[in-house]
Amino acid sequence: MSEADQDWEDQSPERLYVITGGRSGTSGKSASLDLVTLIVSKAGPRLGMQPEHAAIVRLCHSPLSVAELSAYTRLPVSVVTVLLGDLLADGRVVARAPVPPAQLPDRALIEAVIHGLQQL
Amino acid sequence: MDFNSSETLLEHPAEGPRAEDELPQTAAAAVKVVIVGGFGVGKTTLVGSVSEIRPLTTEETMTQAGVGVDDIVGVERKTSTTVAMDFGRISLNDELVLYLFGTPGQQRFWFLWNGLFDGALGAVVLIDTRRLEVSFDVIGRLEERGVPFVVAVNTFPDAPVHGIEELRTALDLPAEVPIIDCDARLRTSSRDVLMALMRYLHSLAAA
Repeated sequence: MSEADQDWEDQSPERLYVITGGRSGTSGKSASLDLVTLIVSKAGPRLGMQPEHAAIVRLCHSPLSVAELSAYTRLPVSVVTVLLGDLLADGRVVARAPVPPAQLPDRALIEAVIHGLQQL
Repeated sequence: MDFNSSETLLEHPAEGPRAEDELPQTAAAAVKVVIVGGFGVGKTTLVGSVSEIRPLTTEETMTQAGVGVDDIVGVERKTSTTVAMDFGRISLNDELVLYLFGTPGQQRFWFLWNGLFDGALGAVVLIDTRRLEVSFDVIGRLEERGVPFVVAVNTFPDAPVHGIEELRTALDLPAEVPIIDCDARLRTSSRDVLMALMRYLHSLAAA
């Protein structure tokens, strides 16, 4: 295989385009996913699932952030969020949203962080 | 993405965290802090010294529009370039997790990770006094976005020593923005930087 061919398979945006079926993560369920949204799988991978979907489901047997999923699957966050949109719609995984600044009183949240850091 | 042609998810399933790095099922929510600084200023060192996991890397592909402003000599065949962001994690308690993202100072990279600063508790601007000028733009951008931040001066052995107030003037920082010295290689020192940010955020919340 020529070097140029390998480049196409290994690094190109085209490969990523194929994985997501040409979709971008700007709509639907994936739009609300933050880098630190925690993802947990509810069931194992389904037979015949796209390998990238199956990999995510397997990784999430314990909670993992979207950023960690991107790192472990070596796929960009923008691709991971599209795949997660599919899995969320399919009920394969659940998302635990990051703390919305308005929900917890800011000071209580900051105090929890300070307390946690003091334990380091 | 560094895929070898044989290294697909089918043949080599993605390796997840080591067993001891897994979050407990009780982990309910996460918060994030962004560490901003120029290349080589020690962002990854700081993240790595306080993180409970070995720092991980997430990559995004910057397509042609962004490439024009980069030096692309030697990579002419590429139509895109990969930008990496390192991050680490600290479990604060059974339910709350803190993620630290180290991002390059150039604002054009920030847009690669949609919402990087949205919902972030705050930011740490890590500076190297040998290259102070790269910090001006970063500080201005954070102020525009309304992201609260502290400035941490990573102490390099051959760096000129500035007084804190001298730095404050040079960076045109308001009196209330904390400036701290740190050694990003040391866990306690990096932890103290995060504590300084949290105390500052606490004072803002109290106001």
